[in-house]
Amino acid sequence: MSRGTAIDLCYLVAAISFIVALKGLSSPKRARSGNLLAAAGMALAIGATFARAGLGHIGLMVIAMVVGVAIGVPAARLVKMTAMPQMVAAFNGVGGGAAAVVSITEFIGADTKVLATYKVLEVVFGVLVGAVSFGGSALSFVKLQELMPTRPVTYPAQQVINGLVGLAALGIVVAILVTSSTALVWVLLALALVLGVIFVLPIGGADVPVLISLLNSFTGIAVAASGFTLNSNLLVVAGTLVGASGILLTRMMSAAMGRSLPNILFSAFGSVVTASGSTEAAGGRSVRAGTPDDVGTLLAYSRKVVIIPGYGLAVAQAQHTAKELADALMAKGVEVFYAIHPVAGRMPGHMNVLLAEANVPYEELKEMDEANLEMSTADVALVVGANDTVNPAARNAPGSPIYGMPIINADQAENIVFLKRSMRPGFAGIDNDLLYDPKTTMLFGDAKDTLQKLVAAVNKA
Amino acid sequence: MTNDLLELFTIFVLAAFVGFEVISKVPSILHTPLMSGSNAIHGVILVGSMIVLGSAHTGAEEALGFVAVVLATLNVVGGFVVTDRMLHMFKPRQAAPAKPEQTENPPADGGTG
Repeated sequence: MSRGTAIDLCYLVAAISFIVALKGLSSPKRARSGNLLAAAGMALAIGATFARAGLGHIGLMVIAMVVGVAIGVPAARLVKMTAMPQMVAAFNGVGGGAAAVVSITEFIGADTKVLATYKVLEVVFGVLVGAVSFGGSALSFVKLQELMPTRPVTYPAQQVINGLVGLAALGIVVAILVTSSTALVWVLLALALVLGVIFVLPIGGADVPVLISLLNSFTGIAVAASGFTLNSNLLVVAGTLVGASGILLTRMMSAAMGRSLPNILFSAFGSVVTASGSTEAAGGRSVRAGTPDDVGTLLAYSRKVVIIPGYGLAVAQAQHTAKELADALMAKGVEVFYAIHPVAGRMPGHMNVLLAEANVPYEELKEMDEANLEMSTADVALVVGANDTVNPAARNAPGSPIYGMPIINADQAENIVFLKRSMRPGFAGIDNDLLYDPKTTMLFGDAKDTLQKLVAAVNKA
Repeated sequence: MTNDLLELFTIFVLAAFVGFEVISKVPSILHTPLMSGSNAIHGVILVGSMIVLGSAHTGAEEALGFVAVVLATLNVVGGFVVTDRMLHMFKPRQAAPAKPEQTENPPADGGTG
């Protein structure tokens, strides 16, 4: 067997490991081993590539890898669980950037005079999609890291301007196909980066996770395009796998939010909100603010308490304290469970990760549909740092931007307690009528702090 | 259309179908880890980056190849480590108090070793 054949065989094994890994990642039991299997497949593919005949610059390559590992591993290890979404965005972005650079480099290295048109098309496609993914991911990172407002950014004639930039990119693509000009490929790269940024600008913070999933899929497609350029089966298989499964995952995520993908991408969510203005709605109505002692007593003498965690809990790092409260209540014979909205936190499944980190047992976590069945028999719905995911407007206000999103029916519980920092609307920027409900008690303050007071109050009661 | 292109295109179409089929039923709690895991898998662009850098002739190609390898390595190691950290928390708990996290080798080391 020649060396080339052996390497290709290794690539085949790697490709299979990726497929099996994706399958594993879709089931809770095999997810972790699936991820490790993919990592092993990747290591095999990288090792095999080192064995390629005529591979130069190996020293430089190793240095580049060491640099990547030296930055990537600490970043991935040290980041807080709450900041996970932006890390995924960042690692996705660099992948897209790498795909774009690979395509460009291959184009520069080739003799463009004799290059077949379809080869140029592959390069152009890789550059375009990879750079859009890079630009979009970079801006998503900035938004999630709250380096800029998470509200949608809109400007006059936005759709028209974005459309024009898109058309300009398309025009340059055609020009490149005709002229095979290297300079124009650079222009395309720059324009695609801009396109990625302006594509993400009008998308509100709450929708960014769906967007990251879409950009993840884009990067997969860009990698597949690079695979065509390099004539690499492995890149085509792996890139296409991610591209296809990513599109499907994106659709699942938007379905969990009760919205269609085009609606998320092009509706500029927040423009409605800024128009309707949450402050005027808030004016004139009063809320009932309680004390931790009152609420602690209420909780201690309840039969069934449902904890509904949201991103506020994550921000306050209060998942451990929430568990303490649940344990204290259970010690008093109160039935407690957590109702997890599919998009609680900032990514689907994010809240499960955070609560698992605090050692909350699986059995106490109930998904939305299951939780809603029990909501009418609950004495207290304790909403910790959540807002949009319990907003009844999603059910009964057809004009609301979140109308149609499935919610946890906290309003059906006997009592509702909100732990919130302020009356500020949630991530989606929409006023919540439930805050003004006569059954509702507000506990203002940092979620962790308030929960600690509640634990003390429950233990006293 | 050449045979090479046709072959790649065949692989592309089949892989697309596999991609759709393979994750048809995912519980929502796994959406984030799955996204992160597939994010790591497209880090396979590292192989492409290595090939490009390995066959670079000019300084410009070397520089671009170098950048590509750095970016792709970040994608690979970051992607797998973050996913593993997430999934670490999904382990069934048999009343075992959190063990000290062992340091595992980042996948890219497999190649450099």
